[in-house]
Amino acid sequence: MSDTLNLVLFSGTDDKLQAAAVLTAGAAALGKRVNIFLQYWALDSFRADRIDLDHGLAPEAGEAGRAAVDALRAAGQASWKYTLAQAKELGDVDIQACSLSMDILHIEESDLDPIVDGVEGVTAFYLNADDGEIVFI
Amino acid sequence: MSTLQVAKTVDAKGLSCPMPIVKTAQAIKEMPSGALLEVLATDAGSQKDFVAWAKSTGNELVEQTTDAGVFRFILRKK
Repeated sequence: MSDTLNLVLFSGTDDKLQAAAVLTAGAAALGKRVNIFLQYWALDSFRADRIDLDHGLAPEAGEAGRAAVDALRAAGQASWKYTLAQAKELGDVDIQACSLSMDILHIEESDLDPIVDGVEGVTAFYLNADDGEIVFI
Repeated sequence: MSTLQVAKTVDAKGLSCPMPIVKTAQAIKEMPSGALLEVLATDAGSQKDFVAWAKSTGNELVEQTTDAGVFRFILRKK
């Protein structure tokens, strides 16, 4: 088993980001290095002025899914942002914005929440991936 | 009830996956080798998670009990 987990986050809805944050925190607790590469709508959700907003759910969630997620939230489930912050505190978690997505969405580095560590291209992402598995969410 | 002397307790009751493990990993980092950590959790997944986490990190799961829906784990730091 590789010591590095690599996540490419594409979707910007709260359910997918929550799933990604849980995978990240679990890996960090096991001492794995985690590289996160933010593309498209996931990147958009990491804008400083949007990160705390409601980002909706994937279409398959439907009304029942929405209700289930709301109930979990009301019961005090940690947000994906908080879960990621905890994972960063615990282990070696690096969150990078995809430079092409930055251009497409007209995002400047100063627009991003400080939880994002920097901006890189896909080549740097592959180099850092270190032969570990790459998961696309 | 165990009479083991625990150095620290993590109360993770009410926290959902993966927070019980995250809080545990954070707490055990600051403890000396050989010290015992007690964790209380209500997340059903934690039963298998703590076995896997201990196995993977080399910390020893000394005891695992359940009382009125609360899972109690005693871990010895590697």
